[in-house]
Amino acid sequence: MSNQIIQGILLGGYYALIACGLSFMFSVMRIINLAHGSLAIFAAYVLWLLASRFHVSPFLGLLIVLPLMAAIGWALQRFLLERSARGGALLPILTTFGLAIVIDNMLFEQFGADTRSLAPYIGSLSYDSWEWPGSIYVGKLAVIMFATAVILLGGLQLFLTRTRLGRSIRATSEDPDTAGLVGVDARRANAIAAAIAMVTVGLAGAFLGMRATFDPYAGAPQLLFAFEAAVIGGAGSLWGTLIGGIVLALAQTVGAQVHPQGFLIGGHAVFLVVLFVRLSTSGLGLRGLLRLPSRSAS
Amino acid sequence: MSLLSVENLVVRHGLLQAVRGVSFKVERGETLALVGANGAGKTTLLRAIAGAHQLAAGRVLLDGADLTGVPSHRRVGMGIALVPEGRRLFVQMTVEENLLLGRTAGRSGDWSVDKVLEMFPNLKPRRHARTGHLSGGEQQATAIGRALMSNPDVLLLDEVSLGLSPLIVDRVYAALQGLIASGTTIILVEQDLNRALAVSDRVICMLEGRIALEGSSKEVSRDEVTKAYFGLHRKSTGSIPA
Repeated sequence: MSNQIIQGILLGGYYALIACGLSFMFSVMRIINLAHGSLAIFAAYVLWLLASRFHVSPFLGLLIVLPLMAAIGWALQRFLLERSARGGALLPILTTFGLAIVIDNMLFEQFGADTRSLAPYIGSLSYDSWEWPGSIYVGKLAVIMFATAVILLGGLQLFLTRTRLGRSIRATSEDPDTAGLVGVDARRANAIAAAIAMVTVGLAGAFLGMRATFDPYAGAPQLLFAFEAAVIGGAGSLWGTLIGGIVLALAQTVGAQVHPQGFLIGGHAVFLVVLFVRLSTSGLGLRGLLRLPSRSAS
Repeated sequence: MSLLSVENLVVRHGLLQAVRGVSFKVERGETLALVGANGAGKTTLLRAIAGAHQLAAGRVLLDGADLTGVPSHRRVGMGIALVPEGRRLFVQMTVEENLLLGRTAGRSGDWSVDKVLEMFPNLKPRRHARTGHLSGGEQQATAIGRALMSNPDVLLLDEVSLGLSPLIVDRVYAALQGLIASGTTIILVEQDLNRALAVSDRVICMLEGRIALEGSSKEVSRDEVTKAYFGLHRKSTGSIPA
C-alpha cells in the first residue's frame, strides 16, 4: 500500500503541473481556459516534431517550446481573451472552447489520429527507477515531474510575493481598476500572467508526452484532470494546487486498487465530494466553488 | 504655467452628465478643496483627472502636457496619484506590499516605506498585516501612503475622512498638514466644510456637475459655501455647455 501512496503522490506532481496554469489564469484573469488541455497537447506535438524530425531532445526542445508557449499566451490574452472578456463572463469560456476545437482539429489534420509519445526520445528515463527500501520502485521521471512541480510552484510563489511584477499581477487579479490608479498596467500584467500560465502548460505537455501517449484529442481529459485538481486544491492557492493534484492522484490510485476500472472513477468521486462540500459551505457559484476572494476592496 | 489645468471637462455616466464643463487651475504647492453635496460630481471629476473615467469633452493638462487619452497607470508615472474614495486597498496584500505597489510607476523621489511609516507610526506594527485586517484609520493611512510612494506632483484625495471616527480624522488631517507644509500640491474632496476650508488655499463648491462657487478659502465665508452647496448661490467660472 505504501508503494501505491508514493506512486500516487508522485503522479500528483503531474496533475499539479497541468492544474497550475489553469488555476493561475482563473485567479488572475477570471478566465476558465477550456483550451488548456489542447494547448498542452499542442506543446507535446511541437516537442515530438522537434525530436522526430530534427533529433532535438525533448528537454532541449523545451528551450524552444517554453518561449513559444509564453508568446502564445501573451498573444492569446492580448488579441483574443481580453477582447472576449469585454463581452461578459461567458464569452471567454465559449472562446476558449472554440479555440480547443480549432487546436484539436488542426493537430488532427497535421498529424493524423496516430498516438505519439516522447518516451522514445528520452532514453531509459521513461522506465528507469530507483529501488527504495521495502521493494518500492520509484520512477525517475515521476520524481523529476514532482520536483519540477514543487520548484515551479515555489518559484511562482516567490515571484508573486517578492517581485514588483508579481505584486502587480496580484493587484490586477484583486482589483484591476485600482491597480491602474497605482501605476500598474493591468493589460500588461494580464498578458504576462497568461504567458506564465502557458509556460506551465508547455511543461505539463512535455511531461505528459514523456510519461504517456497522446493524440490530437487527448486535451479534453487533461483539462478535466486539471480542473479537478484545481477545484480540490482551491484555485486561489498555488500550494493548494499541489495538494489538489496529490489528492486526485491518490484517489485514482486507491480507485485502481479497488477495481481495475476504478482509476478514473476514484478521482471523479473525490472531486464530486469536494465539489459538494464546497457548494454547501461556500454558497453556490463559481467564486465559492473555487474559494476565491472577492475582487472588491475594502 | 499652472501645474494642473482642467478645461471644460465633461464626463458622462451613460446618459447622465456627471461633470458639466468644469474648468479650473491648480498652482504648484496649492491645496484646492472640492466640496459639494453627494452626486455633485466631485469624485467623478477627481477620477477623470486620474484617468479612471473617459472624458466626453474637455481636457486635462499637467505641467502643460495634454493628458487626453493617457491611461491611468501612465498618469501615475507622470505625477498624478489618487487616494480613492473607500480606500480601495488590495486586501489580500500586506501594508508593505500595498505601499510598494505605489512605486510601480517608478518615479524617483523621497518617499519610501520607512518614510510613510514615520508619517503614520500606527502602521509600523501592522507593516506585515493584510490590509483587510486593518482598522478604517489604518487603511486610510495605507491608502495615502500608497499614493505618496509614487512621489506625485499632484495628490488627489477623495473623501479621506469618510467612515472614520473624529479622533482618527484628526490624525489623518495632522498628517495631511505635514504634506501641505512640505509643498505638496493637493486636490481634496471633502464633505466636512470646516476641515476643507481650514486646510485649503482655495475652495471650489460643485453643484449638479458644475462649479457653483470658487474662491480663496480665507475670503469666502462658510455661509457663502453653504449657500452654494445647496444651490442658493451660483458663481460659475467654467463655461457651461448648453
